[in-house]
Amino acid sequence: MSAVPEAPAVPRTLVGIEGVSRRFGDVVALDEVSLDIRQGEFFALLGPSGCGKTTLLRILAGFEAPDSGAVTLDGADLLARPAHRRPVNLMFQSYALFPHMSVAKNVAYGLEREGLPRGEVSSRVAEVLATVGLTEQAGRRPHQLSGGQRQRVALARAIVKRPRLLLLDEPLSALDKKVRAEMQLELKRLQHEVGITFVVVTHDQEEAMSLADRIAVLQAGRVEQVDAPVRLYERPGTPFVAGFIGANNLFEGTAVGEGLSAPGLGTLPAQGGLAAGTPALLGVRPESIRLGAGGVLSGVVADVSFYGGVSHIAVRVPGHERPVLVATQGPTRVTAGAEVGLGWSASDAVLIAR
Amino acid sequence: MTAKHDLAPPGAAPGPTAGRPPRRSSRRSRALGTAGARLAFLGPGLGYLFVLLLVPLALVLSYTVFRRGRFGGVVYEATSENFTRLFDPLYFHIVLGSIKIAALTTLVALLLGYPTAYAIARLPRKWKTIALVAVVLPFWTNFLIRVYAWVIMLSGPGLVNEALTGIGIIDKPLELLYNQGTIVTGLLYSYLPLMILPLYAAIERLDPQLGEASANLGARPARTFLSVTLPLTMPGILTGCVFVFVPSLGNFVIPEILGGGRSIMVGNLIRDQFLKARDYPFGSALALAVIAVLIVLLFLQAWASRVYGGTEGRRG
Repeated sequence: MSAVPEAPAVPRTLVGIEGVSRRFGDVVALDEVSLDIRQGEFFALLGPSGCGKTTLLRILAGFEAPDSGAVTLDGADLLARPAHRRPVNLMFQSYALFPHMSVAKNVAYGLEREGLPRGEVSSRVAEVLATVGLTEQAGRRPHQLSGGQRQRVALARAIVKRPRLLLLDEPLSALDKKVRAEMQLELKRLQHEVGITFVVVTHDQEEAMSLADRIAVLQAGRVEQVDAPVRLYERPGTPFVAGFIGANNLFEGTAVGEGLSAPGLGTLPAQGGLAAGTPALLGVRPESIRLGAGGVLSGVVADVSFYGGVSHIAVRVPGHERPVLVATQGPTRVTAGAEVGLGWSASDAVLIAR
Repeated sequence: MTAKHDLAPPGAAPGPTAGRPPRRSSRRSRALGTAGARLAFLGPGLGYLFVLLLVPLALVLSYTVFRRGRFGGVVYEATSENFTRLFDPLYFHIVLGSIKIAALTTLVALLLGYPTAYAIARLPRKWKTIALVAVVLPFWTNFLIRVYAWVIMLSGPGLVNEALTGIGIIDKPLELLYNQGTIVTGLLYSYLPLMILPLYAAIERLDPQLGEASANLGARPARTFLSVTLPLTMPGILTGCVFVFVPSLGNFVIPEILGGGRSIMVGNLIRDQFLKARDYPFGSALALAVIAVLIVLLFLQAWASRVYGGTEGRRG
């Protein structure tokens, strides 16, 4: 980027979503959602099922219209355009491949609609099939392919049109674990190669964390937080995000100068930022907690689970309802029934206003 | 690969099936295991068809090669004249005309039925049921009564003419009855549900996401219809066409009542040969001709269904 001095420091907004609301009868699917999706980024809409993420995706694709709000693409009104005239392609969760067409025909379909000459259509189809590694399957019908291959056809069909925006609806959910990992890498590589802005919708936080540059966490039709995966994990901004993203130990109380005053547990260390007296939640990750004598809290080990690379230790702390989860590297010598102390440094714990 | 090879039964052909022999063989053995049960289920139906369809059909077939008796009946003396008579312009025209009427009926039924079926398939669940009941509702009334109702409506002093003269569009009653158009109208009225139902089933099974995918790839609605909806509902279209064409071609009640009783369709002609002219052999030859046309049609349908096959990707 240094070669282009006039490039702005902040990346350009590709899709602007402003105050978009959509309700179905009594159900509010989207409630005043505003988001900026930047040119060239890999953006994830993450949330539990029913949070409105699919509705937002369908609005971007043009299959749904919002009740209110505006959506722009490159600054121009996107909502005014019918679905078939948007430079937006969608990879459907079910893939939605045309069963009566070969792989090559499926991929060519979008290019043929642009009225491109035959030669260009076939060369671009061949090129994209090579990219996704399906050259040999070009003549097959979708039902003759494996799940992973179908998924790659769906992807090829969506990217061959070189859209401004590529939408992916739960792209990895239908694949088994091993293929998932492969496709995950392939998606990232591809996004890098083609330079298209990707928006992925998922309920799977690992999928979102591993793929996306930025994640918007949606809950009940509202945007909870938009941040990079690491920020989202380390500095959750709302109680929902703190509980939804990753495993977390949450303590309720009120903010005080040096942390959180939790009833029955005393003062727990955390980085400040909240005015003293604010009702707050303290979140500390299992891997940030140290086991040992003389910690902040003490309790009795209830359960130890060994996962190979890590061990999870559940500790019952008197005065706290749920067991505190601690993660350690490799096997641990602690056994169930042992009395342990729990400690963490203030910088590893986050305070969230309730 | 060696392990799989060991599992294969002796003499099993290597090659394309080698990848998945266990699945295939288990499916086959299960099929054999239920063969007895299958026979018990199919037996009554097949027996019924054998006694009441195949035996009379064999009888009709055998008549075609014999001579007509002087006072009716059959003289068992081989001849080919029944078949040469089929090509007598007098009869050949009626056969051709019947095909034309049946084809026209089928075409109009398709053009009317497709939008109807499409609309029903996209209704909310509750309205879908109501609409489907409405489609089959006419079947609850006697067929003859329904056809006679058309006579009352279309006759010289009938409902339609009364209305048209009443509002001053025409001076004297139109001749609405007793022509080919009337027959097509009657056939269409009677058999349109048989077009709508299989079309509905085909459109209902179509995954609506395929239409969305097509739009997403830049296809206008008309293009989506031609490239996605139409080919994927082709099996339903073919079934509906056969369901309408077959009873239309052989029909003799509607041409009799709405066509003025002349032998203008092959159904009437066949009936007349059996009941009036008492020429069983020629009547049988005409019936055979109709069967031949239908068999060709069914083969065409089977072939086209295979071409447009590929049930994957449809819902359900």
